[in-house]
Amino acid sequence: MILLDRVTKTYNKNLGPALDRISLHVEPKEFVIIVGQSGAGKSTLLKLLTREERPTSGKIIVGGIDYDKLRDRDIPLLRRKIGVVFQDFKLLPNRTVFENVAFALEIVGVSTREINNTVPKVLDIVNLKGKEKRMPMELSGGERQRVAIARAIVRQPKVLIADEPTGNLDPKHAWDVIRVLEKINKYGTTVLLTTHNQDVVNRLKRRVVTIDHGRIASDKARANYTSATMAVDIAATKK
Amino acid sequence: MKAKLTTFARIIRTGMVNFVRNMWLAIAAMAIMIITLTIILFSVIVNATFNNTVQQITSKIDVSMFLKDSVTPAQTQTLIKQLKGLSGVQSVQYLSKAQALQQYETQNAGNTQLLQAIDETDNPLPATVNVKPRDLNDIDQIRHFVEKPSVAKLQSDPASDSGDRREAINKITHATNILRRVGVGAVVLFAVISVLIIFNTIQMAIFNRRDELQIMRLLGASTWYIRGPFVVETIIYGVLSAIISVLIINAIFVTASSSLQATSFGLLDISYSQRFFEAHYWLLLTIQLALGILIGAASSTIATRRYLKFKTPKR
Repeated sequence: MILLDRVTKTYNKNLGPALDRISLHVEPKEFVIIVGQSGAGKSTLLKLLTREERPTSGKIIVGGIDYDKLRDRDIPLLRRKIGVVFQDFKLLPNRTVFENVAFALEIVGVSTREINNTVPKVLDIVNLKGKEKRMPMELSGGERQRVAIARAIVRQPKVLIADEPTGNLDPKHAWDVIRVLEKINKYGTTVLLTTHNQDVVNRLKRRVVTIDHGRIASDKARANYTSATMAVDIAATKK
Repeated sequence: MKAKLTTFARIIRTGMVNFVRNMWLAIAAMAIMIITLTIILFSVIVNATFNNTVQQITSKIDVSMFLKDSVTPAQTQTLIKQLKGLSGVQSVQYLSKAQALQQYETQNAGNTQLLQAIDETDNPLPATVNVKPRDLNDIDQIRHFVEKPSVAKLQSDPASDSGDRREAINKITHATNILRRVGVGAVVLFAVISVLIIFNTIQMAIFNRRDELQIMRLLGASTWYIRGPFVVETIIYGVLSAIISVLIINAIFVTASSSLQATSFGLLDISYSQRFFEAHYWLLLTIQLALGILIGAASSTIATRRYLKFKTPKR
């Protein structure tokens, strides 16, 4: 579903590469957690996948789309296939919860009737039933995060990318969000989750890819992390 | 297909909603657009009026040749043929002595004394050849021909022409040309200003909503889904401005046509301007609408370009 082949991204030649020859393969329906400290290159990786940035070198293929052959005007089509949950939510402040989720459907030309049919179902999945008419400002962080998730999954993307969706949340709300992601994954969506929350990693028991200084430090099928093992992995890449 | 229609309807609706929300920006942009379109419309009408005036005066100009009684019909025929052969001649009209008399009688129908005097003598009026020039400047050519000795000897009196009016006509033509140039200059200037202001307005609107645009982009909205509402918004500016500019000109005619007539020193036929405006009302309105839409759509399309580029430089 996702294939990266020796992908390098350099923003500034003097600072060295943000991502250095990353190779990663993610199967359809897989749930992959990407961990790494701030500045390790997680966000760069996600921006490459959503085509906000172009790689300096290397190949990226997502859902059969070869990014080298992707024309600018086809970028919207790519983004419609990928659901993204942003770290800062990126909700539209002047629109209600319902409208925020509906927005994702509006821009691809879904009929109003279908929107009215689909959006409540998705809001139900993320446990936001009854809050359709709230404005984002009136919601808690966890609720906003779930609106963002609802918006990302309402178009039933093949791939869902969630960038630190638990970053600003207390443990209880964080767990709500993770459970929603698991649910979506069970329905068949490939999920790519970045986090630096050990608790989340350990309880999910999924494949974990560790990134450090722009390189893949480890890639383990069922990781159980402590700060110690994480440090060992990171140390290993430095040799 | 249905999805496209839905999207199209949404673009138009969003554009209208934005128009209402950005009312103050809209008013600023429209004010300048109305001025531009009004000036354009005004110069079109003034131009038509000047052309009409010049044409009217030109049509009154002719050269009249008065033939001696001794000239034979054959000579007359040759003369007419020769005149018709001149490039500057539009038409040649021949009046025989009898016709000239008849014309004279109808022209002075009220003046019984004059008519009596004419009646008592043997028809004193010469046969006349009236020559109409194609253009004002062709008079010289005709005059030159008429004054040739071979032609001059056929005439009883020197040919008369309306040359004295030429000065005035020349002045009007000259004024028209200057006015046309000034008009074109003003129209271009105001069109540029109005494009720039609309440009700015749209950029401000975009700047206010740049977060929203970025989110739309990230969610996969197509360029036209984002740009469309802005273009719709400016097309509304154009349509309203066009209608208002036509109404302004209309109001000027309704309220001020008599005082305009007074200030034009009788040189211009303001009632003609009004007739012209009324006769071409729908055409002028259509042109104004087309111009307004063009200015609006072009400026918003260009203004949104910069914000809609994908920030992915080629490697």
